[in-house]
Amino acid sequence: MTQRRSHQIGTGLFILLGFTALGYLATQTTSLANYRQGPTYALKARFTNIGQLKLRAPVKVAGVRIGSVTDIQLEPDRLEALVTLAVDRRFNQLPDDSAASVFTSGLLGDQYVALKPGGSPDMFKDGDEIILTQSSVQLEELIGKYLVGSGDSPARKPEEAKPADPAPATPDPATH
Amino acid sequence: MSEKRDSGSRLGDGLAQVGALGLFLLQVLAAIPRSLRYFAETVRQIFFVGAMSLVIIITCGLFIGLVLGLQLYEVLSRFGSTASVGTVVAIALYRELGPVITALLFAGRAGTSITAEIGLMRATDQLAAMEMMAVDPMAYVVAPRFLAGIVAMPLLACIFNALAIFGSHLVAVSWLGLDNGTFWSNMTGAVDVWTDVMNGVWKSAVFGAVVTLVATFQGYTTAPTSEGVAYATTRTVVYSSILTLVIDFLMTAFLM
Repeated sequence: MTQRRSHQIGTGLFILLGFTALGYLATQTTSLANYRQGPTYALKARFTNIGQLKLRAPVKVAGVRIGSVTDIQLEPDRLEALVTLAVDRRFNQLPDDSAASVFTSGLLGDQYVALKPGGSPDMFKDGDEIILTQSSVQLEELIGKYLVGSGDSPARKPEEAKPADPAPATPDPATH
Repeated sequence: MSEKRDSGSRLGDGLAQVGALGLFLLQVLAAIPRSLRYFAETVRQIFFVGAMSLVIIITCGLFIGLVLGLQLYEVLSRFGSTASVGTVVAIALYRELGPVITALLFAGRAGTSITAEIGLMRATDQLAAMEMMAVDPMAYVVAPRFLAGIVAMPLLACIFNALAIFGSHLVAVSWLGLDNGTFWSNMTGAVDVWTDVMNGVWKSAVFGAVVTLVATFQGYTTAPTSEGVAYATTRTVVYSSILTLVIDFLMTAFLM
């Protein structure tokens, strides 16, 4: 009888230990550790390109996490990405002319939404849309710009000057 | 001529074994509702296959973590990305190493003792005696061990993972000087609860069922001699290890 009791206590301790380990792994070593339970409000932002932005990506102000991306959809009519951000209610002092950008943490790290506070006296409310947005900078585009850019940079300069001075802007058709 | 017939009959034997194992699984599943009467027996088996395996699981988990930390730090420092040591350790452990190594250890530690115990029951006619007393050995002996394996394996794998994370943290942060915050923040940024942690939990539950199924089957069908029990114990380790790795591949391929 005492042996059976000690078995039961041992089993109980074992199961407790196992679930403690599972709880520790699930909450302390995963993205749940970054998840702040608490009331949030929603902001929307339209981007022409969100790059590798994923659901649950962090939303940061001044590098500090204040929320996460909760929804990413393509708008069928405008063909732009509509990103919904859930921002912690404690941070309700965001001016409504703040700008949202998709940045990459590190050179090849994960992407996140950075909010740059504006100067407006009015604050964002639940469901507002962030007007000023800047799409993600694609590494491939940058590389392409540098690789190809060195080749046709002389032709590009007159092209950029075209609206101001159309006369010299007759580059050969090959550059188009 | 005789050789050919031998290999043919060996193939037939192999097929018969697989079929018998499948039928045995059905019998065990059918016996589970009846085995709920013997709940205390299941608890006792969880103690034997789970709690008694803790020492080997904790030791091996710690050392696997230590060596993973060392190896990955060395390799990743060649690419200047030692910051992701924690991430790589955690994902490798949760998805593969934790469930698989725990299952192999579990086969060696708990599977063998299940086979030897049931095999000796068979050899000494205890199973027949139970039937005489109208106690179904499927429900009283086999099903509780099967259930205990399913319950104990995920818990053992979680303990293994936690110790291995601790070990790799010990090496990477305390010994090799990686920044503590970098280690954790990269890990928490990249590891997902459902696709990584729980994936390993489901896997290890299946492995627990596989190992205990093979172990109880080998014990239950052993030749009732001391030699037969010895062979059955060996086969338990061999077959459950192979099955574990094969099923691991299949689960990884189809469930992700």
